[in-house]
Amino acid sequence: MAYSEKVMDHFANPRNVGEIPDADGIGEVGNSRCGDIMKMYLKIDGDTITDVKFKTFGCGAAIATSSMATELVKGKSIDNALQLTNKAVMEALDGLPPVKVHCSVLAEEAIKAALSDYYQRKGIDPTLIIGAPSTSDEDREDPTCGE
Amino acid sequence: MRKIYADNAATTALSPEVLEAMMPYFTTVYGNPSSLYEIGSEAKEAVENARLKISQLIGAKSANEIYFTSGGSESDNWAIKGVARALKKRGKTHIITSKFEHHAVLHTCHALKKEGFEITYVDVYENGIVRVEDIEAAITDKTAIVSIMYANNEIGTIQPIAEIGKLCRDKGVIFHTDAVQAMGNVPINVEEQNIDLLSMTAHKLHGPKGCGALYIRKGIRPAVLIDGGAQERGMRAGTENVAGIVGFAKALELAIAGQEYRREHVTAMRNRLIDSLLTIERSRLNGDRDKRLPGNLNMCFEGIEGESLLLMLDMNGISSSSGSACTSGSLDPSHVLLAIGLPHEVAHGSMRLSFSDDITEEDVDYIADRVKYIVNYLRNMSPLWETIKKNEKEGKA
Repeated sequence: MAYSEKVMDHFANPRNVGEIPDADGIGEVGNSRCGDIMKMYLKIDGDTITDVKFKTFGCGAAIATSSMATELVKGKSIDNALQLTNKAVMEALDGLPPVKVHCSVLAEEAIKAALSDYYQRKGIDPTLIIGAPSTSDEDREDPTCGE
Repeated sequence: MRKIYADNAATTALSPEVLEAMMPYFTTVYGNPSSLYEIGSEAKEAVENARLKISQLIGAKSANEIYFTSGGSESDNWAIKGVARALKKRGKTHIITSKFEHHAVLHTCHALKKEGFEITYVDVYENGIVRVEDIEAAITDKTAIVSIMYANNEIGTIQPIAEIGKLCRDKGVIFHTDAVQAMGNVPINVEEQNIDLLSMTAHKLHGPKGCGALYIRKGIRPAVLIDGGAQERGMRAGTENVAGIVGFAKALELAIAGQEYRREHVTAMRNRLIDSLLTIERSRLNGDRDKRLPGNLNMCFEGIEGESLLLMLDMNGISSSSGSACTSGSLDPSHVLLAIGLPHEVAHGSMRLSFSDDITEEDVDYIADRVKYIVNYLRNMSPLWETIKKNEKEGKA
């Protein structure tokens, strides 16, 4: 297994690491048993994601995909962020080894979980806007572990 | 940048002396040992000298008890499948092994299960050591073979081989041990320890890759695994890896000559690093501290994931290994760490370092400094660590 240069760059120099104390939306996905947890913080002004930070427990790909996902939504509109796919994250990183595809799925889910939290805080049912993750089954590694 | 190769349990650098011993068998004495002309018989002589030397170094009665193979995995496969299949017709359909064997043994047992064998996997407990009484309790009149590794490849714990050997001898059960990690690091004597079959490999002791051996006690005849020519007295076909075999014997000789130094110096360096790293909060040493191979260190750091640690150590010039799911190529962490009772989330944060004789105090102090920095860095960005600290504050475990 080898990571692309872009993955190694985002792993070694992750962008947007940290927390936003007064975040407008926070999403956490994954679990410690599987070895990956991603937590995303969004600051939203009107329709725009003005700031985004993340914290991740996980492997090199988990950190790199988190970092890339924050870069892909920062400064963008909510609509734009809602269209983020794990494929887009992978492509921006010049690909991932097959066993690491699930990390990109988590990154997409983390952004969506934070947006979901944002809508919930505003009293809007997020399932109508966000729905289920847009990943196709073939991209998706079996997310269960240790069973 | 300082470069430290600390993954000697994966493989080792070929020793220059070993390479020198091997060279003639690549260049001038390239004959097939089965050929009758001069460079053939010279090659044959080299193989037989190596066989005799290795037999003496492990305390075997005769050179004829050493069979050269391609390495540890083949030796493990042959020992267990060979004995099991040979004894099946006598109603021996039971195999005993442990939960934390190398996959060469575990997957061999899985394959034999499909052939109708029943497998008992004995516990290895928190210290990573099997209990002889568990093996005794598991032996039945159907037991064909007991296979327990000499020392574990991930956590380096040394098993009570002489006691298991005696038990098996008393019960009339064949005893195999995978000594791939232990060879050259701890004294091995197949006669004194009642070992019936012993798997060996050259590349873990500064010898070449692709060459190993199986010791088979006289009187035991495992079924043949590799059919073909009459090499290895008809027991293992294939033209001998002459240079590899010569290198293996030389490497084993050098490793055993350096055993005392390793036991003192490498153990001291290793312990210095363990003590330093245990000052990191929520860290733990995996496996018994004393009954372990001199060069092995295996620790867990809660709240971080092992592959990230490994990649960052690599950026700092340190080659290491991890039992995290991410490095095992599956979603589950190492079966060894789970077998000693670690929860999944802790096992994900493991690091194995395995040292060679050249390790220095400066090296281990550099490693300690880097590991502390990286663990702290990764914890600062870990939501799991945040949860652990929050629970700590609230008085939860």
